[in-house]
Amino acid sequence: MTEVLVRVEGLSKFFPLTRGLFRESREFIHAVEDVSFAIAPGESLGLVGESGSGKTTTGKLLVRLLDPTAGHIYLRSNGSEVDIATLRGKDLKAFRRRVQMIFQDPYESLNPRLTIFDTIAEPLMVQGIGNVLEREEMVAEMLVLVGLTPPSSFMFRFPHELSGGQRQRVAIARALVVGPTFVVADEPTSMLDVSIRTGIMYLMQDLAQRLGVTYLYITHDLAVARYMCQRIAVMYLGKIVEQAETEELLQHPQHPYTRALISAVPIPDPRIKRQAIEIKGSIPTPINPPPRCRFYDRCPIADAFCEQNDHPPLRDVGGGHYVACYKA
Amino acid sequence: MTEPILYVDDLTMHYTTRAGDVSAVDNVSFTLTKGESLGLVGESGCGKTSVAICLLKLLPDNARIKGGHIYLDGVDLVPLSEEQVRRYRWRRISMIFQAAMNSLNPVYKVGDQIVEAMETHLENFSYPAAREKVAELFRLVGLDPALMEQYPHEYSGGMRQRAVIAMALACDPDIIIADEPTTALDVIVQDRILKELRAIQQKLNMGMIYISHDIAVIAEVSDCVGVMYAGRLVEKACTEEIFHHPIHPYTAGLMSAFPSIVGPKRELTMLPGEPPDLLNPPPGCRFHPRCPYATEICREQVPEFKDYGGDHFAACWHPLEG
Amino acid sequence: MQEPRRRLDEFLSPEERERLRQLPLWKIRLRLFLRSLRTNWRLFAENRIGLIGLAIIIFFALLAIAHPILMKYVWDPNIYDPVVGYAHEETMQPAPPSPRHLLGTDPLGRDVLSQLMFSARSEFILGLVAALITVTIGTTIGAISAYFGGPIDTFFMRLADLIIMLPFVTILIVLSALFKLDLPKLALVIGVLSGFGGTTIIIKSQALTIKVRTYIEAARVAGGSHWHIIRYHIVPNLMPLSFLYMMFTVTSAIFSEAALSFFGLLNIRMSWGLMIHTAQTAGYLLNTKTWWLIVPAGLSITLLCAAFYLVGRALDEVVNPRLRKR
Repeated sequence: MTEVLVRVEGLSKFFPLTRGLFRESREFIHAVEDVSFAIAPGESLGLVGESGSGKTTTGKLLVRLLDPTAGHIYLRSNGSEVDIATLRGKDLKAFRRRVQMIFQDPYESLNPRLTIFDTIAEPLMVQGIGNVLEREEMVAEMLVLVGLTPPSSFMFRFPHELSGGQRQRVAIARALVVGPTFVVADEPTSMLDVSIRTGIMYLMQDLAQRLGVTYLYITHDLAVARYMCQRIAVMYLGKIVEQAETEELLQHPQHPYTRALISAVPIPDPRIKRQAIEIKGSIPTPINPPPRCRFYDRCPIADAFCEQNDHPPLRDVGGGHYVACYKA
Repeated sequence: MTEPILYVDDLTMHYTTRAGDVSAVDNVSFTLTKGESLGLVGESGCGKTSVAICLLKLLPDNARIKGGHIYLDGVDLVPLSEEQVRRYRWRRISMIFQAAMNSLNPVYKVGDQIVEAMETHLENFSYPAAREKVAELFRLVGLDPALMEQYPHEYSGGMRQRAVIAMALACDPDIIIADEPTTALDVIVQDRILKELRAIQQKLNMGMIYISHDIAVIAEVSDCVGVMYAGRLVEKACTEEIFHHPIHPYTAGLMSAFPSIVGPKRELTMLPGEPPDLLNPPPGCRFHPRCPYATEICREQVPEFKDYGGDHFAACWHPLEG
Repeated sequence: MQEPRRRLDEFLSPEERERLRQLPLWKIRLRLFLRSLRTNWRLFAENRIGLIGLAIIIFFALLAIAHPILMKYVWDPNIYDPVVGYAHEETMQPAPPSPRHLLGTDPLGRDVLSQLMFSARSEFILGLVAALITVTIGTTIGAISAYFGGPIDTFFMRLADLIIMLPFVTILIVLSALFKLDLPKLALVIGVLSGFGGTTIIIKSQALTIKVRTYIEAARVAGGSHWHIIRYHIVPNLMPLSFLYMMFTVTSAIFSEAALSFFGLLNIRMSWGLMIHTAQTAGYLLNTKTWWLIVPAGLSITLLCAAFYLVGRALDEVVNPRLRKR
């Protein structure tokens, strides 16, 4: 990778488990720990994992909805890299124009008391872009772009008058109206029905090309990630365990967790029988986890070496395929 | 084919709302034989859960069965009183609900809840026998019988779903209805539960109706698949047939819109538009506003749900070549 | 970190652009507002008890409006003034109802109907001012407590607990002993006490459910400040509930005023409570023969309080769709 838009280095987020007024918490949930990756401009990186893997926390850290406990997030802007992990005040607000987020639930992410116009114009208003007339035009343009035409028939409706798919289009318009270069999309299609979902997936790809947007696409659905992302990073308990080009990852998974995950995805074809890779137990909560490999307790191939050593680092197994496993 | 144990004939159900009548289930007919697993697939609001509610006659206050029959072993359930229905509900037909957490009462031990459910439904109930039975069911669904003494909040999501499955099996039903039992679960847990559910269903030779929006899940657990759209059953055939030779354009659209992680990465097709508002469903075929093949007749007349040979039924004026 | 925004002109047809120009924003907003009023009215009107309440409120409002007009054009101020008038044509005070004095006169020879109508206005002013103060304080503090949490929240919630624990009427009695409590001061005291008290807790709990909605996160990602989010997202979503509690505060304000006036603790020219107080001090309280001294005022207090309560209940059904019949 020569050019990089977003570079994340050693990103961590710990949540204190008990909070008292005068007590310091001793126990932390290690939601995200020492995560590093990079995304090239125009690329779309999929962050895949089960619930509790820390993928949504990572997304929220990147848009600074949460403040990282440690680590750096570099965003390339006008030819120079800015560490956005520590931005505050005015700089943070200006950064919000460059990085936006699309949320999972289109029923929760739109204020029911605001018209579609007010919803999409809010980022413009907050950022002080344009006057009322100009904002009206920009909103109308965005509506056309996301396929809600004619815009005049949508602008002054309320969210409850729209279907789920239309609402998600509004949410996409709101995220893109300030012209961000990087968008974190947190499961934007998981609440939608199949026949609506494809439309939203194509829309996001189309807009990425037209507006030059780069996505971090967070999803639990590998099949959707296959269509939306050039590369996939698999997270388990706050760590990236494997990262590779999409097809490479799906065809030649190296990490035992990735293998189990892929083998568990149901296939919409009754003729194909999946090979079964069973792993024990279920995903625990990472409260003060031991330093050894996070997957140790469930791993079918773990041995004494895995138990005694720290969590394995991501290592290159060739062709940009990274695995965090001693045994792979 | 053996004699069907369940025969649903022209079932029609409406919800009364302040805005008008919602025709949630419209002339749905299908059969289920012993030991058969029928997948009912469709998008949200297509009426698949409403069909399940009708089968158990767990109708909310504003829902009314407007017509049709539900024959269970030749007995029509539709005209039965609540008193009479109670004799077959849970004992003959039981249901696994979508939200497992809500099906379990948080203040009772899980084992006791299942025993209690048996007590209310079984005539010759004996406490020790029931405990023994629950322990056996726990082993069957892959739970340690020691967990009977624990409370629902001590269970993980997957364990809760297993407990709910055990509860549904408690009275040895002939038919089990599973309404999206794995939707809230992660893939690895979902995969395990699907396998177990399927294995149990085959082992006990039960009839199963598996309701889901996810055609990949349906492909895994069903012998037969019924596709619902806007309150109507539009196509029904055995799983392999419907996946590889769909007749109805909606079925075909659904299949090709569904991404898969295996096989070549084919283009996902896009169905235009959105499912209709069931307050004012479109006349004729309800799929016609979104159908690429729609003609005049589709807009005017409701297509008949007819046999295309080999137990492959579909309701379409312009069937695709199989 | 600034870059000129991409122009997207090509996506918008000239006709669309023209259509946007033609309709000014305020007109659209007005139209939307009227439409939502109509829908809410329809929901409200489905509820009979709400309509009954509203009818009673309108009835008293008409009485209050009619009084100054009657005083100016019809009634002789010397006879009918609610405070200093004297029905000198009557031989005995209190005089029973007659064509000249429809509800009779009080022990001091003043026309009861005129007193009743005059007081209606004071009750409205008191009730509405108190309610407005309550709701303004309750909504602001509730939204701030819920949004920021932490020490701010703890402080206001403990304050609310403290106020709830204090006996309301007793406090007012003590205050009336310390200050000359007139109508505006009473409204202020009631407004502040119930604003910082129970209303805040209820509105805060509602605000907590709004705070966790994703659109709050979206607003933060857009760069919205805390105040922007409170003003633009939280408060508007609290308004229906606030409005509801306004109705209930009116009831409690009118009630408190009646109780204090009855004990003669308020510095008020005339009110329904004061009318009963006058009857009581003159020894007519439990005398059924002079019913007109007690019944009209007592009934008015009960009816108007009930009316605001009924309207509140009906509004509750508009605000909380779950309470509605399907």
